[in-house]
Amino acid sequence: MLAFLLTLMLLLGVVIVLAYAERKVAAFMQDRLGPTEAGPYGSLQAVLDVLKLLQKEDIVPALADKGLFKLAPILIFAAVFAGFAVIPISPTLVPAGIGIGVFYLLAIISLDVIGLLMAGWGSNNKYAMLGAMRSVAQIVSYEIPAGLAILSAVMVSQSLDFQEISYQQGVLMNAFPGMGYETNWLFGIQALGIDTTNIGGITTWNIFRAPMLLVAFVIYFIASLAESNRAPFDIPEAESELVAGFHVEYSGFRFAVLFLAEYSMMVLVSLVAVILFLGSWNTPLPNIGSVALANWTTGTIGEISGNLWAAFWLISKTFVLLFVQLWARWTYPRLRVDQLMYLCWKVLTPVALVVVLLAGVWRLLMI
Amino acid sequence: METIKKEAYKHKSGFWHVVKSLVSGARLTLRHFANANKRRKPVYVSDDSYFKQPDGLATLTYPYEALPIPDNGRYRLHNEIEDCIVCDLCAKVCPVNCITIESVKATEDIGVTSDGTKKRLYAPVFDIDMAKCCYCGLCTTVCPTDCLTMTPVYDFSEVNIKNMIYHFTDLSPEQAQEKQRLFEKQQEEMAAAKAAALAARKQQG
Ligand code: SF4
Ligand code: SF4
Repeated sequence: MLAFLLTLMLLLGVVIVLAYAERKVAAFMQDRLGPTEAGPYGSLQAVLDVLKLLQKEDIVPALADKGLFKLAPILIFAAVFAGFAVIPISPTLVPAGIGIGVFYLLAIISLDVIGLLMAGWGSNNKYAMLGAMRSVAQIVSYEIPAGLAILSAVMVSQSLDFQEISYQQGVLMNAFPGMGYETNWLFGIQALGIDTTNIGGITTWNIFRAPMLLVAFVIYFIASLAESNRAPFDIPEAESELVAGFHVEYSGFRFAVLFLAEYSMMVLVSLVAVILFLGSWNTPLPNIGSVALANWTTGTIGEISGNLWAAFWLISKTFVLLFVQLWARWTYPRLRVDQLMYLCWKVLTPVALVVVLLAGVWRLLMI
Repeated sequence: METIKKEAYKHKSGFWHVVKSLVSGARLTLRHFANANKRRKPVYVSDDSYFKQPDGLATLTYPYEALPIPDNGRYRLHNEIEDCIVCDLCAKVCPVNCITIESVKATEDIGVTSDGTKKRLYAPVFDIDMAKCCYCGLCTTVCPTDCLTMTPVYDFSEVNIKNMIYHFTDLSPEQAQEKQRLFEKQQEEMAAAKAAALAARKQQG
């Protein structure tokens, strides 16, 4: 229960910051000022937006399928929020440390699609229906390259446990039960003869342990944009043609929940990218000889310092990825449906398959 | 022609070209983002940077900052009622009839305007409806004493449209009534004097 509340609080905080950042980043990229009035530099804008939404009337269209319509936002948010359960925040802090975390995450996020369909169908509105169908088509398609990219990371790590994958990517590897005698080699190749177990930092991140994971990371990132309906893959909510997509009929509290779910999804996919490819909660600074940057910026496991450093690195890396998401949104125009499907099936999926193959071969070399 | 088109098409497609254009787009927005610490300055139109839009944010936070306007900007009207001889020319020339003037003849000497024209009329009503005014400036050109002018004030929106009617008269309603009464009294006296003079002439004749 405590973990539930803490995660919810943390998530709300991150989403509020993200919503504010989105407006400011968008404004700065378009040579505008963004919010300036509410609070210093408009920093309370996102909070006030939420308060405004909570005060609004909760309208249920007369001809809507009321049950589905009312249930959909909660289902969508629950599906996304349940994904956070397996995300490790620090070496000792994980809401639910189950051994098949990756598998669970992929499965539970897919439930999102059902919620989208419920919202689109239940609204009894042609725009909502079209938006929901596009959204589902897109999410289901992009789960394949995303899944393959995750699979290659899992193959390299030989684990479905997010916490174990995290430990492998830093100086603390030998502290994980069962990995006391493992060694990390540069690029995972023992023949190079450079032992990075105690160097840590960026050299032990998954993209360095197996360089083809860099490609997997890019594929995963592109696919994750599509999965969270972000521009340039936002055809499900294409404002200019579909008004707002599946949530066109929602208002007030229910809209706020959908909004929260959308931003939580962005945070979640970024967290997963960070954990699987970018060293999770490990520091990016390596130990260089006697200058033990990695040890200094890792802290001690199980103590306050260790938890704070880990949370700090995890969240700052996530924010970097979130910034890239915003950056892409305000730079690239929306893809057409056929371009979207072309990119998924003819570019990303084949490349992801090749990466999976390479990752398998690389894993053989790593032994 | 066909081959050129095909070549151009070939040149503009393909994986690396796509990557190149994606990167150049991303660099463009990132450059704007990085320049966001600079701001447009509220400079006058004669400044070199006025039209060039240098780097940085283009927005001015209007009520706090505003682009300077010329000193002789022709926006809201102002009437210096002291100098007005209530000749009604402005009301006549106004294409939208937004000036309302009522006049009362003065009974005594009420002085001269600053350019030496003699004043003979009071203006109990001198209203300009700024909501109707089209800021053509005709009224200011016909004004013989140059008392009606346009000022550089342009931000005077109101919540209640009645407040857009500007009253320029310097007489209170009581004063105006008093002047009207005085004028009528003088008329009566003059009429009485005239009648008396007429009667006297008749008697003489
Ligand atoms: S500026 Fe033009 S429209 Fe306005 S009061 Fe004068 S004559 Fe009338
Ligand atoms: S034209 Fe000038 S002097 Fe004549 S009534 Fe109008 S403001 Fe007064």
